[in-house]
Amino acid sequence: METLSRVHARNLVTWAKDKPKAVVLSADLTSSCEADAFRDAYPDRFFSMGVAEQNMLSFAAGLAREGFLTLVHTFAVFIYRRAYDQVAMSVAYPNLAVKMFGFLPGISTPGGATHQAVEDVALMRTLPNMTVLETGDATEVESVLEVAASVPGPVYVRMLRGQVPRLFPASEPLRLDQPRVLSRGKDLTILSSGLCTEEALQAVALLKTRGVAVEHLHLSTLKPCSHPAILQALAQPKYGVLTLENHLVTGGLGSIAAEMIAENGLGVKLYRLGLQDTFAHGASRGYLMREYGLDAFALVQATERALNTDLRICREDLAQVQVDALPSEAKAEDL
Amino acid sequence: MIPPTSTASDTRTIMMWTDDVRQTAKRVRRRVLEHILKHNGGYMSQACSSAEILSTLYLKVMNLAPLDKPLRPRPFPGVPSRNNRLYFTGAEFNGRAQAHQDRFFLSPAHYALVLYATLIETGRMDPSGLDDFNRDGSSVEMIGAEHSPGMEVTAGSLGQCLSQAAGIALARRIKGEQGKTWVFMSDGEFQIGQTWEALAAASFHRLDRLGVYVDVNRQQCDGLVANVMNLEPLPARLESFGWRVVRVDGHDPAGLAAPATQAADGRPLAVLCDTDPCHGLPLLREHAPKLHYLRFGTPGERETYRRALESL
Repeated sequence: METLSRVHARNLVTWAKDKPKAVVLSADLTSSCEADAFRDAYPDRFFSMGVAEQNMLSFAAGLAREGFLTLVHTFAVFIYRRAYDQVAMSVAYPNLAVKMFGFLPGISTPGGATHQAVEDVALMRTLPNMTVLETGDATEVESVLEVAASVPGPVYVRMLRGQVPRLFPASEPLRLDQPRVLSRGKDLTILSSGLCTEEALQAVALLKTRGVAVEHLHLSTLKPCSHPAILQALAQPKYGVLTLENHLVTGGLGSIAAEMIAENGLGVKLYRLGLQDTFAHGASRGYLMREYGLDAFALVQATERALNTDLRICREDLAQVQVDALPSEAKAEDL
Repeated sequence: MIPPTSTASDTRTIMMWTDDVRQTAKRVRRRVLEHILKHNGGYMSQACSSAEILSTLYLKVMNLAPLDKPLRPRPFPGVPSRNNRLYFTGAEFNGRAQAHQDRFFLSPAHYALVLYATLIETGRMDPSGLDDFNRDGSSVEMIGAEHSPGMEVTAGSLGQCLSQAAGIALARRIKGEQGKTWVFMSDGEFQIGQTWEALAAASFHRLDRLGVYVDVNRQQCDGLVANVMNLEPLPARLESFGWRVVRVDGHDPAGLAAPATQAADGRPLAVLCDTDPCHGLPLLREHAPKLHYLRFGTPGERETYRRALESL
C-alpha cells in the first residue's frame, strides 16, 4: 500500500488553479491544515483571519453570499465547537457555499481532548442544509474538493493530513452518497468510515480466512446517507451489523445505522464500535485506537461476539496482515 | 432680486434635508408607538433612540436604488434550502443591489419594527405591510430574519452581522464594486467577543468601504450598559482596533451624515451615535432602567401613552 504525504496541500493548488472564485480562509493553522501551498500560489485569494473562528465562519458566509466558493481551513474542533452558532446561523441557515475543512478528526491527533473532534459528525449531521463528508484515504482527500464544490450549499469535511495511505484507486474518486463496497458476504455487515476503514480492511482480510462472509462498506458521505446499497447491506446479514468509526458511537455512523435499521424495521442486531461516551486524551493514534477499541482487533472481537464463536485470532495475526507501512506507525505529527 | 450666496444656498439645502429627516424620524416614532399601542407591547425605546439614525441613513447617507413604488411584504417563503426556489431576502426593499450602490445590514434584529417603520416613512414599504407584523406565515417578523423587509442576513444571534457584512465588503472589493456597505449596530453588541474579532479583521483587511452606525443608547435587556458590562471608553477601544471613529449626537441629522462624506483612508468607519432611549417620548423614562421592551402595566398607562401619541 502506498502512503502519500501532504496530499491536500498539493491537490488544493492544482484544483483551484482554474477557479478564480475559490478563496481560502485560515485561522492561524495554515501549514497545519495544508493550505500553505495555496497561500503561496494564490496570495490574492488567501485571507488570514487570525485565531478568531467565530468571525471567520460568519465572514466566510459573507464571501459566499457574494458568489465566492469559500474554503475554510482549521482544526475541526474550532469549527463546530468554537463557532457552532456561527456555523448554524450565518452558514447553514442561509444554505451558503461555505466548505469547511475540519482537520484532526477523532483520535487522529495526539493533541488531546481539546484538539480531538469526537462529536463533530453528531453536531454537523443534525444541522439542516449541511452535507457531511469524511475522507478515508489519499484518493478521497484528492477528490473531496470537487464533491464539496459541486454541492450547492454548506459542506463539512472531516479531512486527513500528513501521511495518508491510498486505499482506493486514484481512478475511483469519492462520490456523493455513494458507498464503496469493499467486500461481499452475508454473515456480517461492517460499515466503516474515515481512517477506521484501513483497520476494517485488515480485520476483514483475516475474517475471510476464518470463513466469515463479510459485507464491508466504506461510507465517505455521512449526510445525505440514502444509497440503496447501504439499506441492502443492513438488511441482509445473518449475524448482525458492526459499525466502526473514529467518533463517538452516538450521533455518527453508529447512529446512522441504528436509525436506518429502526426506521426500516430491519430488526438486526447492531454493534457500534467507536468512542463509548468518553473523551480521549493525548497519545499516539495506534495507542488510542487500541485503548478505545476502534482498531482491527476490536472489530475481530466484536465479530466473535456477534457470531458467538472463538475465531482464534490474536493481535499478532493482524500484524501479519499489515504488509505495508500504516499511518499509525508514521511518526507522530506535530500540531 | 439678489441671487443667494452659495453659503446661504447650502444652508437652505441642509435645512431642507435635515428637516425632512427630523420629520421622518418623528413619523417613525409615531408609527412604532401606534403599533405598540395596538399590540400592547413592543420595542419602543429602540425607536426613540434610533429613528434619526435610520432616517438619516435612508434619506441622506446611503446610496440605494429607488423603488418604483412602495413594496408590499411577501408571505414567508419557507426557510432557505436547496429545494426552496422561492426564497428571497428583504434586501429588495433597499432597491436592486448594484456595484456602485450601497448595501444595508441591520445587526440588532429586534430593531426590525423601527426598520419597517423607516421603510414605510421613506416610501419603500407599503404602510399596510405593518399589518403583517408578527403575524403567522408572514415575513414581517418581530425579530427579523433575512426574508424580512429591509434585511439581508439573519442577525438575530447578535454579533454575527458585522462579520458577515465584513465578508461581503471584502467580496465587493475583490469584485471592484464601488458601493459602500453599511451596518447598523447597537451598543450592547460590543460586549460580544465576535464583534471584536470582526472589528480586528475589518481593520486588518483595510475594509474602508465598510461603515458602522452604532446606536449608543446605553441600554440593554437587563438595564444600563454601564451596570451590565461597561463598554467605555468605547471610542478609544474602537480606535485602538484601527477604526476611524466619530462620535456624534445621534439625534442630529447633519452631525449623523457628516462622517459618511469623508474620503476613504484605509480604515473602516464607526459612527458612535449618542442617543436618548426616551427621545421624543419623555413619558418612557418612568420605565427606566428597564427600557428594552415596553409593556403597559395598566389600562390607565396605555391610555396615557395613547394621549402621548396624539402629541407626538
